[in-house]
Amino acid sequence: MMRPRSGGLRGWLPELAVLCTLIVAPIVFPHLGFSTDLLTRVLNWGLIGLGFDILFGLTGLLSFGQAAFFGVGGFVSAYLLVSHTIDSVWLALTIGTVAAGLFGLLVGWFAVRRVGIYFTMITLAFGQMAYFIENSPLSDYTGGENGIPGVPVPVLGFGAHAIRISAGMPMYVLFALIFFLGYVLARRIVGSPVGAILLAIKENTGRVAMLGHNVPAYKLTAFVIAALYAGLAGGLLGSFQSYMPPDAFSLETSGQLVVQTIVGGAGTLIGPLVGAAVWLWLRDNLQLIPGFAILWKLVLGIAFIILVIGLRRGICGEIAHWWNERRNLAAAKAAEAKTEAIEAHNIDPITKPVALPREVRLTIAEPTTGDSDIALEAKSLARHYGGLKAVDGVSFKVRRGSIHAVIGPNGAGKSTLFKMLLDEVSPSSGEVLLFGEKITGVGVSRAAQLGIAKSNQLNQLFPNLSVRKNLRIAALARRRGPMRFDLLRGAGSIPDVEEQIVSILGLLNLVERADTPAHILAYGEKRRLEIGMALATSPNVLLLDEPLAGMSPAERIATCAFIRDIGRSRTVVIVEHDLDAIFELAERITVLYEGRLLADGTADEIRRNPAVQDAYLGGLHAHEPA
Amino acid sequence: MPSWPVLISQAFNGLALGTLLALVSSGLTIILGTLGVLNFAHGALFAVGAYAAFVLLQYTSSFVLAIVVGCGFMLALGFLLERIIIRYFYDRPHEDQILVTYGVGIVLVECVRAAFGGNAQRVPVPSWGQGATQMGFLIYPTYRLQLIAIIAGLLLSLYLVLYRTSMGLVVRAGIENPGMVGILGINVRRAFLLVFAIGVVAVGLAGMLYAPVVAVTPDMGANFMAQSFVVIVLGGLGSFPGAVIGGLIAGEIISLTSAFNSSYSEVMLYALMAVLLIMRPQGLFGSEGRA
Repeated sequence: MMRPRSGGLRGWLPELAVLCTLIVAPIVFPHLGFSTDLLTRVLNWGLIGLGFDILFGLTGLLSFGQAAFFGVGGFVSAYLLVSHTIDSVWLALTIGTVAAGLFGLLVGWFAVRRVGIYFTMITLAFGQMAYFIENSPLSDYTGGENGIPGVPVPVLGFGAHAIRISAGMPMYVLFALIFFLGYVLARRIVGSPVGAILLAIKENTGRVAMLGHNVPAYKLTAFVIAALYAGLAGGLLGSFQSYMPPDAFSLETSGQLVVQTIVGGAGTLIGPLVGAAVWLWLRDNLQLIPGFAILWKLVLGIAFIILVIGLRRGICGEIAHWWNERRNLAAAKAAEAKTEAIEAHNIDPITKPVALPREVRLTIAEPTTGDSDIALEAKSLARHYGGLKAVDGVSFKVRRGSIHAVIGPNGAGKSTLFKMLLDEVSPSSGEVLLFGEKITGVGVSRAAQLGIAKSNQLNQLFPNLSVRKNLRIAALARRRGPMRFDLLRGAGSIPDVEEQIVSILGLLNLVERADTPAHILAYGEKRRLEIGMALATSPNVLLLDEPLAGMSPAERIATCAFIRDIGRSRTVVIVEHDLDAIFELAERITVLYEGRLLADGTADEIRRNPAVQDAYLGGLHAHEPA
Repeated sequence: MPSWPVLISQAFNGLALGTLLALVSSGLTIILGTLGVLNFAHGALFAVGAYAAFVLLQYTSSFVLAIVVGCGFMLALGFLLERIIIRYFYDRPHEDQILVTYGVGIVLVECVRAAFGGNAQRVPVPSWGQGATQMGFLIYPTYRLQLIAIIAGLLLSLYLVLYRTSMGLVVRAGIENPGMVGILGINVRRAFLLVFAIGVVAVGLAGMLYAPVVAVTPDMGANFMAQSFVVIVLGGLGSFPGAVIGGLIAGEIISLTSAFNSSYSEVMLYALMAVLLIMRPQGLFGSEGRA
C-alpha cells in the first residue's frame, strides 16, 4: 500500500496529485455541495489524520484518544492568544503543537507498554481524563464547558503591511498549504528507515524486537508524531472558527477520526481526509433533506459497519490496491507461478549442487567483542514452569568460530534453552555470557545489538513485505542501533545496508525473488529467508533452531552447505533433529535429556556415548519396570 | 476536610455507583475474557437498556415486569448481534473487532435518537422505591439503597452461573483456552453465543435499573463505557472478580474525591489507572496472557 519513493518524478506523483487537488478543490467542489468553510474543515480533519495514519495505518496501533492531543494543542494555543500572553498566532500554534507532543510523550509512555486491546482502552481512558481535566480543574483557563471564544486569526507580516488571514478563501489557502507540507513530511517519514520499521512492527512486532530494534521507542515515536499533527490541527481549529470548543476533547472526536480513517482508507495517508470529506458532506447535505436530519449518522454508521466487514481497505485503500494490482499483476502472477513450480517439482535452484564453498562476507561489521576464546557460555541455566523443569541447570561453552550443536529427543528442553540464550525467555536461575559479557536480563533487542541472532523454528517473517524489505529491517538494526530518528532520509538510501542486502540475497539464492512478498515464497525459500534475516544483522553468534525442518533431502544438502559457509566466519549454534546432518556439521555437540545435560563432547565422543544411545533409542533405564 | 456525614453519604453514593460499574464491567469482561472481543457497543447497549425501561414502563404498570420483559429484549438483541455480526469477527484482528463493535454502537445510538429524539427522558422511580430512608443521622434515597441490594444480588447470581454451573465452567475454561475447550468436543460457538447475550443482558439491566436515577439520553452510555474500561484495566483483563472489585474501587474513588473537590472526581479515577499501569500492569486480578 505505502510505496517507497522510487526516485524521479514518478516518486513525487502522490504529492503532485494532492497539490493539484488542493488547488482545484475550491473551484470544483462548491458545485458538489462543499462550501469553502467545509473544505477547510475537511483539511483540518485530514491534518490530524496524517498523524493518526502513521500511528494506526502504518504502525497498527489503534488509538481512541487522539482528541486529547487535538484539544491540548487547541486550548494551549487559544489560551496563550486570548490571555495575550503571546500575540503572535504562529508562535502560539508552535507552542500548542509542542505541548500536544509532550502530552503525547507522557500518554504514549504509558500506552505503548501494552498491546492490542489494552492499548486502545488506555488511550481512550487518557482521552477521557484530558476531557475531564479541561472541563473541571482547569476550567478557569479553558472556560470549562464554554470553551474559549475570540481566538484571533493569524497575521502575515508586521505593522501597516500586515495581512490578516480572514475566514473564507484566505483561510482555505492557509490550511491547504499546511496540509500539503504536512503531507510531504508524512510521506518522508513513511519512506524513512523509521517508517519501514514501523510498518514491520505492524507485520510482526516480535521479530522486529528480536532483530535488535527498540520497539517501544519506535511505537512511542509514532505516538508522538500523531500527537504533534493533532496538536497543530487543534490550534488551527481555534483560529479558523475564532472559538475553541470543549468538544475538541470529547470521545466523539476521537471516534470520528477513527471512522473517517477507516472509511477513507487506513495506511494511505490521504484516507482520513477523504473519509472526513464523506462524513462532513453527509452531515451537511443529508440534513437538508426533510426527514433525514437526524438520520445522517445512522447512514454513516451502517456504511461504516459494512466497510469494516467487507471492504477493509476503505475508499483510497481500494483505489490504491486496484492501481497496484493492475501495475504489478504480471509480476505477481509470475512470482506465484514460480512458487508453484518449485513446490510441485522441487526444482529450487539452490538444489543444484554447490560446487565451491562460498565466502560469507558482510558489509556491516559485527559488534566488536572481547578476545575471549569462548563465544557463548551457559552457566547452570534453569527454567521452571510451575513444577515442570523444562531446563534444569545446564552449563556448556561454545568456542568462538565453531559450529556447536544442541540435540536431544522431543521435550528435552532444546527450544527453551535456545530462547534463554538470547534472553527471549528469562531463566529461572543461571546466566548466559556472550564473550564474557552477561546478556541475561538485558532483553532480546539488546542481546541482538550485542551480537546474537536467531533463526526460528517457525518462520517469523514480515509476510506482506518483499524479500528485500524483510532483509532491510534486519540489516538496519545493526547499522542504526536500537533507535535513531532519521525521519527524513530514504529507507533504501544507506549504502552499506543495501550492499549487505545484495550479498545476502546472493547467498540465499533469492536474487530473482528480491521484490516478491515473503508470503508468496515457496516453503524452502521462506526457511532460507528466515536464516538470512538473522544473518543480515551481522551477528557474532548465530543460533539456528531446526533450520532443516520440513526441507526436502536436496534442500537439506544445500542448506547444510550454506551453514558450513556461515560457520567459517562466525560462531553457529544449531538445534536440529536430523542427526546425520548434525554429525556432519558440528564440531562439538551438547546433548539434553529431560531438561538436563546428558553429554557434551565432540561428534565422535557423542556418537559412542552409551547414555546418548539409550536416550535416543528409547533404552529402558535399569530402575524402570519393563 | 469534609464532615463525617458528608463522607459517609458519599461513600454510599460510591457504593451505588460502584455496584453499577461492577455490573456494567462484568458484562464487558466476560465477553472480553471468553470471546476475546472488546465490545465497544457496550455504552450504546447501556443506553438501549435505559430506553427499554422507558418504553416498557409506559405499557406495563409494574417496574419488575418491565425489567423482566426488558431482559428478554436485551437477550434477543444479544443473540441477534452475535449471529449476524460478532461471530464473524472471532478470528479477525482485535482492531477489526473494536471497529465493528464501535460501528454497532453508533447505529444503536442513532436508532435510539431517531426513535426518541435527542432530548432527555425521565423514567419514574418505582412505587416501592419512592422517598428517602432515615439511617441514623443519614437520610438516603430509598431507591438507591435498593439499587445496591438488587445489583449485589444480580452480581451474586452471575457469580453462581459462572462458578457453579457447567455452562459457567465451559465459559471459564474458554477464557483460559478456547481452542482446548473446542477439542474436548464442547460446542464453543454455542457457549460464545450465550456469553455474548449474557454480557448484553448484564449491561442492559444496568441501564434499566439506573434509568430512574439519571436523565436518559442516547449518549448516556459513552462515559460509562470509558469508566468500565478503566475498571477492567484496574481489575484485570477478563477477570470477573476483578470487574466487581474494580467497579467498587472506581465508584468509591469518584464519589469520595468529589467530597473533597468535585472537579477532580473523574480525573482521580484515570490517575489511579495510570499509577496501576506502572505498579501492576496486569491489573489487580489479572494474569499476563490474552492481551
